[in-house]
Amino acid sequence: MNDLAVSCRNLRKHYEDVKAVDGLDLSIVRGECFGLLGPNGAGKTTTIEILEGLTIPDGGEVEVLGLSWKRNEHELRERMGISLQETQLHEKLTVIETLRLFRSFYANGRNPDGLLRELSLDEKRDARVGKLSGGQKQRLAVACALVGNPDILFLDEPTTGLDPQSRLQLWEVVAKFRATGGTVLLTTHYMDEAERLCDHIAIVDHGQLIALGTPKELIAKLEAPNVVEFASDPPVDRDRVSAIHGVHAVSRRGDHWLLTVDSLAEVVPRLIATVENRGAKLRTLSTHAATLEDLFVSLTGRELRDV
Amino acid sequence: MSETPHHPIVELTIVRTKEFLRETEAVFWVFGFPLLLALALGFAFRSKPPDRIPIAVVDGPQAAAREAALARSPALLPRIMTAGEARLALRRGKVSLLIDGQRTPVYRFDVTRPDARTARVEADDALQTAAGRRDVFRSSESHVTEQGSRYIDFLLPGLLGMNLMSTGMWAVGFTIVNARMKKLLKRLVATPMRKSDYLIAQFLSRLVFLLLEVTFLVAFGWIVFGVRVNGSIWTLALLCLVGGFSFSGVGILVASRARTIEAVSGMMNVVMMPMWLCSGVFFSYERFPEAAKPFIRALPLTALNDALRAVMNDAMPLHTVAMPMAILAIWGIVCFALALRIFRWQ
Repeated sequence: MNDLAVSCRNLRKHYEDVKAVDGLDLSIVRGECFGLLGPNGAGKTTTIEILEGLTIPDGGEVEVLGLSWKRNEHELRERMGISLQETQLHEKLTVIETLRLFRSFYANGRNPDGLLRELSLDEKRDARVGKLSGGQKQRLAVACALVGNPDILFLDEPTTGLDPQSRLQLWEVVAKFRATGGTVLLTTHYMDEAERLCDHIAIVDHGQLIALGTPKELIAKLEAPNVVEFASDPPVDRDRVSAIHGVHAVSRRGDHWLLTVDSLAEVVPRLIATVENRGAKLRTLSTHAATLEDLFVSLTGRELRDV
Repeated sequence: MSETPHHPIVELTIVRTKEFLRETEAVFWVFGFPLLLALALGFAFRSKPPDRIPIAVVDGPQAAAREAALARSPALLPRIMTAGEARLALRRGKVSLLIDGQRTPVYRFDVTRPDARTARVEADDALQTAAGRRDVFRSSESHVTEQGSRYIDFLLPGLLGMNLMSTGMWAVGFTIVNARMKKLLKRLVATPMRKSDYLIAQFLSRLVFLLLEVTFLVAFGWIVFGVRVNGSIWTLALLCLVGGFSFSGVGILVASRARTIEAVSGMMNVVMMPMWLCSGVFFSYERFPEAAKPFIRALPLTALNDALRAVMNDAMPLHTVAMPMAILAIWGIVCFALALRIFRWQ
């Protein structure tokens, strides 16, 4: 019995001419929350579905809870809970009927009513699934994942499209599950979510691992830990901006320039001077400490959300 | 409050049944459609003397006398028309026979139409008699009206069989493909649920509706048309059960790989159409060529219809319908086993 909840080596999955997963190695320690991060089409869902035993890889080795899908499928299914990216549960059933159905599949599990209270869904107990809000549906999906009292939880983009309030509620659910010793693997393209929830993060792009570490370690990898964002009238061109001393990288978001810099104290006055020398006026100027989002941009030259 | 969870098959069956009852359209197709069909037939087969066949007498010197002679026949409804009107009426099917000719009548009709042939014989008989023909002997008639041998007695078991087929296949097919499209099947196989439990629950939930459907149609036929179940009610129940299972199996197989509702609808029609036509729902399959009959008899709907008629009309006991029941069971089991192997869960 090792202390790895998930381990996979050289995982590969090709669809026709697309390499969805291309030689991925992952190790997830029991009890941690592990985040798989990347833009749409990076191979996150394929990876998580291979680990969930729903997709058969073309190559590589997978072990979940020290068990293999080939030999221990039933035991693995008993011990894991999953929420798929796009499942629509029966619209005509009520919340409690749905949860009872899922409970019946597991030899051991949680009491459906207790679980609903824990997920603040008890008021919706007898409501039809079709009448729930997006956040409530997502919490019900997670309740269906938890009702078998799993050791490991797989969540594929659990908060995509949810309002901030619903995201917070889901984060609490994940935190509660971890407090009982459970392991979580989640995919997301929200950086703040990964920073908030995850002990370790793997950033994937084109089916390959491009960075791995704790959120802090990853951000520390950025040579320049701060970001300056500004817009001016008229706009200043890229060459002038990147010529400013102390600017490491320049990228564009709409009509804004994003500069990754070492020291805000040194760069900001120089930036203002450059803009004024051009006879332009600053429209907005803001700064923030570099995030995983910035890391992603610096690693791939692309933005996470709109790739 | 700690309740022991039900067995997955029980839970899946309950859920499926509730889901169906909450689907208003589906309830209509299972109960409303046979009701409408039965009502339409009620109008078509209400008790009344046989229809008189409309025929045209072309206007001329003999027309009035001919019309009077023909009107004496209880089978004919003659009308005098101009030659043009009469030809048009014949072409449009408003009359079955056209009578022309100066001294001796000329009959103009479509020889492939049974009512036209009847009209020709009746009309000739009436005109010959009016002209003074003497019958060689006097025959007498005995009319078949007893329960069990009318057309409605033939039709109702056929409708029952057809209804068992279509509701069975649609109910199962739609549910499965819908669940597949919504990725619900994928979510279910990610649990420890046994795949066969899911499919067995599809069978079992059909059972609930089967009971309602059959009771409803049989009661309607009995009360409105006097179509009685001459054989054992229990044999009939068992037969419907086996039939329902058989068609659920076919439905599961048809739906086992389809990814869209359109695809499954098309496949359902391809599978059901030959049976609507060949399996003796509206007319006996005895009209088909001898070489085709072994194949027609091997179809599940033929087996079901034959057995239903044997029990409902001819009061045959259980052991005499063992063969059609076996055919139905084999269809159900083979389709189910095949479906379990090739079923697409994602």
